[in-house]
Amino acid sequence: MADQPTAMERFVQGILPENPVYRQLLGLCPTLAVTNGMKPAITMACSVAFVLFCANIVTSLIRDLLKPHLRIVVFTLTIATFVTIADRFLAAYVYQMSKLLGPYIPLIIVNCLIICRCEVCASKQSAFVAGADAIGQSIGFGLALASIAAVRELLGTGGLFGVHLLPAAWPDWVIMVLPPGAFITLGLLLGAVNWYSSRKTKNA
Amino acid sequence: MVEKVQKNNLLQAWLVLTLAFLFGMSLAGVQTVLGPVIEENKIRETMEKVPVVVLGEAEAAKIAHSGASLGIEPSRIAVEKEGRTKFYNVYDAKFNDGKRAGWVAKASAQGYADKIELLVGFDAAVEKITGLFILDQKETPGLGNKIVEDQWRSQFTGKAVATALTVVKTGAKKTNEIDAISGATISSDCVTRMINQTIADLGEELKNRNTENQKGKE
Repeated sequence: MADQPTAMERFVQGILPENPVYRQLLGLCPTLAVTNGMKPAITMACSVAFVLFCANIVTSLIRDLLKPHLRIVVFTLTIATFVTIADRFLAAYVYQMSKLLGPYIPLIIVNCLIICRCEVCASKQSAFVAGADAIGQSIGFGLALASIAAVRELLGTGGLFGVHLLPAAWPDWVIMVLPPGAFITLGLLLGAVNWYSSRKTKNA
Repeated sequence: MVEKVQKNNLLQAWLVLTLAFLFGMSLAGVQTVLGPVIEENKIRETMEKVPVVVLGEAEAAKIAHSGASLGIEPSRIAVEKEGRTKFYNVYDAKFNDGKRAGWVAKASAQGYADKIELLVGFDAAVEKITGLFILDQKETPGLGNKIVEDQWRSQFTGKAVATALTVVKTGAKKTNEIDAISGATISSDCVTRMINQTIADLGEELKNRNTENQKGKE
């Protein structure tokens, strides 16, 4: 077990070196679907963070009981439970947002990011490391979603969080809040992140 | 013998079974606590949408702006069908002077992915559909979930109640035809069928109520 990363390493890795969206390209379905505004993106990021954290902790606590051929079933069961809790919670307290996100909250169940963290980290390491990993990955996912949403909402509607920021003369690029805008933004930002990290390795 | 016990499928799955039981219990707990809150949200939304469905967006905004509001009286209507009783929540919307603005019925049925819940509005004499609003749906994002969009829903506004509506894929020409959403014929079909069913179940009952009320006034 000596070669397993420590809690701190797991935490830091999630934010950029192993960013779930920009590095691992996981969880792209919600990334593309709910980033047409900051509010839905933040709600989604928080829901994923909650589910990921709880699923990682539970999986880590029962890791010694897992049978190899039944582990995926256990992961899915755990994730589905917490997703349902998150979904009900949103429907009860932020009803309009829950309606806006529609099926994307239940669809967190099939977000590969969470099952990947259960498999890679939580089923092998202690609850403390798994928790740190979940927080790191969640921050990474949240930052990725927020960055894409910021670009799309700003260019598409001229504002952020529904507050108008750009001068009124700005012609809203409606395409940015539509699905094509998601692909264009994700592609450009991915390119930018790759360019930045390749420059950094060259300099080092 | 020992090997046989170890290979027993049920024994191997003990963790899955235990977890399923525990998770199921906790979800039941969550539902018990949050269920009523969610139900309340839905009722509030229904009450907000009734004027829009009956009068249309512009007219409802005008009334709200002038400080007046429609009187909304909810009731439950039981419909006997094939030996089973089906319940509809019906909202009776009236202007302040007591004149009926229209009716709104809540219907729910299976859609393509999950249950669809909708509000459909009729004028006072139940001759025309005045509006449609989707309360709850989990149809395919990008295809079926277009049923919530104004552009598609507005097709239903003004349709006559007398003839059943049909969904067409090649562009609606007749007055009782509804354009299907491309890629989501089943979702379009489900919504249209729900509206037809609601009219079939409730149309006569609401008409009778309306004429009775008018007689009562005379």
